[in-house]
Amino acid sequence: MSFDYAPAPESRAVVSIKPKYGHFIAGKFVAGSKHFPTINPATEEVLSHIALAGKAEVDAAVKAARKAYTTTWSKMSGKERGKYLFRVARIMQERAREFAVLETLDNGKPIRESRDVDVPLAAAHFFYHAGWADKLEFAGLGTSTKPHGVAGQIIPWNFPLLMLAWKVAPALAAGNTVVLKPAESTSLTALLFAEVCQQAELPAGVVNIVTGDGSTGALIVNHPGIDKIAFTGSTEVGKIIARAVAPTHKSVTLELGGKAANIIFEDAAIDEAVEGIVNGIFFNQGHVCCAGSRLILQESVADEVLEKLKSRMAKIRVGDPMDKNTDVGAINSKEQLIKITELTAAGDAEGAQRWSAPCELPTKGFWFAPTIFTGVTQAHRIAREEIFGPVLSVLTFRTPQEAIDKANNTPFGLSAGVWSEKGSRILWATQQLRAGVVWANTFNKFDPTSPFGGYKESGWGREGGRHGLSAYLKGVGHE
Amino acid sequence: MSNRIDVKKTYKLFINGAFPRTESGRTYEVKNAKGVFVANPCLASRKDLKDAVVAARAAQPGWNKATAYNKGQILYRLAEMLEGRRAQFVDEIASITGVSKVKADKELSDSVDRLVWYAGWSDKISSLSGALNPVAGPYYNFTIPESMGVIAAIAPETPSLLGFIDVIAPIIVSGNTVVVLASTKAPLSAMSFAEVIATSDVPAGVINILTGKKDEIAPWMASHMDIDGLDITGLATKKHAELRIAGAENLKRIFSFKSHDPARILAFMEAKTVWHPIGL
Repeated sequence: MSFDYAPAPESRAVVSIKPKYGHFIAGKFVAGSKHFPTINPATEEVLSHIALAGKAEVDAAVKAARKAYTTTWSKMSGKERGKYLFRVARIMQERAREFAVLETLDNGKPIRESRDVDVPLAAAHFFYHAGWADKLEFAGLGTSTKPHGVAGQIIPWNFPLLMLAWKVAPALAAGNTVVLKPAESTSLTALLFAEVCQQAELPAGVVNIVTGDGSTGALIVNHPGIDKIAFTGSTEVGKIIARAVAPTHKSVTLELGGKAANIIFEDAAIDEAVEGIVNGIFFNQGHVCCAGSRLILQESVADEVLEKLKSRMAKIRVGDPMDKNTDVGAINSKEQLIKITELTAAGDAEGAQRWSAPCELPTKGFWFAPTIFTGVTQAHRIAREEIFGPVLSVLTFRTPQEAIDKANNTPFGLSAGVWSEKGSRILWATQQLRAGVVWANTFNKFDPTSPFGGYKESGWGREGGRHGLSAYLKGVGHE
Repeated sequence: MSNRIDVKKTYKLFINGAFPRTESGRTYEVKNAKGVFVANPCLASRKDLKDAVVAARAAQPGWNKATAYNKGQILYRLAEMLEGRRAQFVDEIASITGVSKVKADKELSDSVDRLVWYAGWSDKISSLSGALNPVAGPYYNFTIPESMGVIAAIAPETPSLLGFIDVIAPIIVSGNTVVVLASTKAPLSAMSFAEVIATSDVPAGVINILTGKKDEIAPWMASHMDIDGLDITGLATKKHAELRIAGAENLKRIFSFKSHDPARILAFMEAKTVWHPIGL
């Protein structure tokens, strides 16, 4: 007997998408000059046309942010600033379904994730940081209560609204004003957020949103009127930004790539670990900088884990992101699909063994079946480079030290996972792992109170918690 | 007494707990404030830097593993040893920089006190900078600062001893190891401090000291791929940008400081967040 799921599509009636959008500058929507299409990656349907900001628009946004900073935001008490942020959090909660549907349409992620993870966490980030606005003097060792001024923020396409919240909420709480650029393939929820700013009656210019591609991002990074750059994206671009701001006074935080190890010790609760592996790499189609993309299995349990993992993967539901039963949605763009395809081909060519979950992929849109590679060595490209897709590389180990050595053998250091039922081993491993976030007997958990960010080439600084807030305040003792 | 010939010191590098000469065979001349020859310290090379980084990297896990109490006691021991050599350091500072003995004596006192101050931070920085994060779910979630790894540093020209202490102490107190380039014009304090280190139970490789030219060594430090952080306090501001550009290749954490502050310790630490479920 087989049980089939009936389709359970979420209605898209809750959103109304305009055929064309402009920028949000000084509290108003202003028309763009050039436009490019934004599509639903699950269907390739053109959803709208997004404006490409050039120098004039970026200048106007920075000017508006500076004016708001000087005349309004920096003069307002923390107590009052905080109340605006509380308003924003509440309106985001009220309009949560609208945000979730829009995010899924524009990004391709399953509605279950946008509804249950992205949007609630985004609202939580505003609620959490709202409470900081009038408590900056308690923000801890090494921070002043002084904001930087105007923050330029550039965010990626994998968690469009959530990354906006990670950036905008602490910036405003600390007293900065912002110029934000969403990723070119996922601008719609940021533009909806602009409406939230209007509904919250946020003073004009405190939040400015300009849309565009990398060229717009470069204009922000290099703009002399900006005091602080916050970027989430690739390590490659992160390094370009680091070089670009080197001769300037700009303060920088970078959340970059990762190649997280997920270590399974033989004494782990195997069934739970298998769930953790699946969540670690297939959450959000693997479009996660902290994804557990290198599974490091103790040899004695490797066969058992792989067998259970394949069995579990065969039950992953890949398909229509708007279907409430869907586990894995669409790859965000054609470019990303090409990149995943190219890297997995390198996995084949270098001698690793590919296994993909048996699933029917839709004919339109961009799709990649959940895939694992076994027989992977540390030298393989699929063990070293960030694939940013639903692809897991499996390595094995015999001794705990070997597991740690393999886990740390990467220029990245964003996150790691470790599974064991032995407390002392868990604590030992979490101490040894050179990564900013370590998930022990869990994976891919996020919270506004919990600092997130990387060691080594995974970036500079933290987001979330007191540590994240301090990135938006001037440091003490630094030149 | 008066016709006795002094036994003068050969000033060498300090790498991995030993006192090697520079592999390059190069030296440069240091004169005292009156222009009289004092010493021929080593003009360290890129290879010396590489050797020092290898030593620092090898020493880092062991030093990091030492308890905070132990690290605090070792820094305190440095203060004890420095205090005991007061006369030597005061003479060197006064001779090279031309300041009065009184002023040199004050610098020595401040240096000893500064070491004691940093020693006390070893077992306090984590409680003040760490956090237990009240996440919205059944998870135990904490953030702790950890050492960053191998840090390179350019000590300021003056004050040649206190400035040197202010650079190395905050780097090593958290469990980092350091490769430091001493004051070029006044390197004697730093090189004599190596003798203090050698008698203070500081494990070999934890502090490595080079002497030489900033313009030659600093860019190699910035571009070295096995250095995690760089303190450029001792370098002219106009040189900072080029080093930051070179350091971007491995996203080195690069800072300069104007005061002694716990933020100086935290600058070369990484915050690690750990999640674990709570449940039966």
